[in-house]
Amino acid sequence: MSGFLEIRGLSARLAGTGQRLLRSVDISLPAGCVRGLVGESGAGKSMIGKAVLGVLPKAVEIIEGEILLDGQDLQKVSPAERRRLIGAKAALIPQDPLTALNPSRRIGPQITDRLVDILGWTKARATTRALEVLAEVSIPEPERIMRLYPHELSGGMRQRILIASAFAAEPKLIVADEPTTALDVTVQKQILKLISELQARHGTALLFVTHDLGVVSKVCDTLSVLYAGKVVEDTTVERFFAAPQHGYSSALLAATPRHTDPSSSLKPVPHEVLETVAAEIAASDAAWRPNGGARG
Amino acid sequence: MMLLRQTVSRLVTTLITLFGVAVIVFVVIRVVPGNPIAMMLPPGASEADIERLKTLYGLDKSIFEQFIIWFSNVLHGDFGTSISTRQPVLSLVLDRLPATLELSIMALVMAVAIGGTLAVLGTRFRGRKTEAGIDVANGIGLSIPDFLWGLALILLFGVLWPVFQISGRVSPRLELPFTSQFYLFESLLRLRFDIMADLLSHMFMPALALALPLAAIISQLLKLSLKETVNLDYSVLARTKGYSETKVILSEALPNSILPTLTLVGVQFTFLIGGTVIIERLFSYEGLGNMAIDAVINRDLPLIQGIVILFAILFTFVNLAVDMTYAFLNPKLRHA
Ligand SMILES: Nc1ncnc2c1ncn2[C@@H]1O[C@H](COP(=O)(O)OP(=O)(O)OP(=O)(O)O)[C@@H](O)[C@H]1O
Ligand SMILES: [Mg+2]
Repeated sequence: MSGFLEIRGLSARLAGTGQRLLRSVDISLPAGCVRGLVGESGAGKSMIGKAVLGVLPKAVEIIEGEILLDGQDLQKVSPAERRRLIGAKAALIPQDPLTALNPSRRIGPQITDRLVDILGWTKARATTRALEVLAEVSIPEPERIMRLYPHELSGGMRQRILIASAFAAEPKLIVADEPTTALDVTVQKQILKLISELQARHGTALLFVTHDLGVVSKVCDTLSVLYAGKVVEDTTVERFFAAPQHGYSSALLAATPRHTDPSSSLKPVPHEVLETVAAEIAASDAAWRPNGGARG
Repeated sequence: MMLLRQTVSRLVTTLITLFGVAVIVFVVIRVVPGNPIAMMLPPGASEADIERLKTLYGLDKSIFEQFIIWFSNVLHGDFGTSISTRQPVLSLVLDRLPATLELSIMALVMAVAIGGTLAVLGTRFRGRKTEAGIDVANGIGLSIPDFLWGLALILLFGVLWPVFQISGRVSPRLELPFTSQFYLFESLLRLRFDIMADLLSHMFMPALALALPLAAIISQLLKLSLKETVNLDYSVLARTKGYSETKVILSEALPNSILPTLTLVGVQFTFLIGGTVIIERLFSYEGLGNMAIDAVINRDLPLIQGIVILFAILFTFVNLAVDMTYAFLNPKLRHA
């Protein structure tokens, strides 16, 4: 079985200190499916998204593993070819709509630029397409909005625009990195619903980074639970909520307040569970050799 | 409404500043030792001759009276008569202004071109040897003042490898068909590229000497700002769209980094104009600065006053231009 996105044995570390950030990560995402990436802050969720989109920070280096996008290994092509591939087949819905739009450029060009510069569309075709996707995300008066600057729009509007921009090129994969956390609670639900609808309608594969298990249950088909850069559980959403396999997953689930049980409150992950995961990771690190067979 | 009030208050402050400059200059050049009359008369002139000339130029009155007379004349557009050349100060000064303006603007263009290129290159190759090299160059550019650059350039391009003209504004043998003093500008308009080449050959070294310290400042500030901006979310988003690093720097980061750099460059540009005084002298370039030094040597009080006031007006205009450019470039202010 081979997904549209295949991450195999991906390990990464900080160039300076050698600190491991990703530990032999395997992720498979078939076309049209949604996978959640969950884990606490610093687990490496965003790092995986950045690796897929080719925008890892300079300080982070990939030690081994492959990232296959539509069957092509991103590590094996030239940087220019990698950029073109990613630009054509994948897109990002960023976390913070207030900082993800360039303040000195009008909205229109920020949607059409990829279509024209990377995909080689004509300006007219790109503009038509931009108007189309803006209408699809329920932006009123798209012609007018395209001429505005980002600061003239609310956060919710800007996130809609970024979503429209992500879907404009009909990518086969979208990485959404906590796309609602920076928004007002009132608009979070709408935006989530919007992403979900567009994903289903366009048949886009979606890698959904979040730390909110409630969101996972609504949006995702499968999920990967990360701890310290390691996938500790790779499962379907049904199985995860019915019977999580890993101790850390159960603890994470227990730590999330259930909508069905209002009396339960937020509990931290128990200390013993964390110690167990840490021991597991230490053991797999000890057995791990760069480019060797042993993988935790 | 807001804009109108700002403009009016700005105008008022400007006028007060200019008045203050006029007062200070007027008093200072009369208090420092040196007698303009003594410079004009042959040795051994009689007391009576000296008194007669003093009365002629109004130097027998008190400083306060002199100022009132001078100031009321200025309000009527009369800046007096130069003591050393016996020509109206205003026409002398306005005749030289274009030369200094052309030199300063050429220096600014060079500084922006050099500094901007280095900043973009340093950002493109950040963390590598290229950036380290640029940092060293910036350090050197910042620590050597313009007149020392002038001397170094004379040694390099005037003596060791004499490709540029060392002295003057234009070769005396050339027939100039110009109607204004904006030689460079007019040579471009009249498509007289032969004269333009000669002018540029003269202007190259003084302009570069003035430009280098400013280029270093621009390079350093802009690079600092660019390096921050290329890591912001919208730059990262542009990379995921498939844009190359160079494209991200030029079209995402640069427009946002110019703004914070601009204000400081404006202030530095006024320093650059101040630098023309020594640089013009060094290269015998016939501009305002060169004339200012002559005026000081000759104790030509009306001329000194005229030049200083003109420089002050020039600085005010530069600051105004910077503020307007800032407002124009900033989409947030543009729509406010
Ligand atoms: N630019 C960077 N340079 C060095 N280390 C980094 C950088 N960005 C992140 N890291 C480190 O990489 C690890 C993983 O970070 P990552 O951003 O992927 O976490 P995350 O799971 O997305 O967390 P969050 O929920 O807070 O977004 C963390 O330990 C973090 O300190
Ligand atoms: Mg993150």
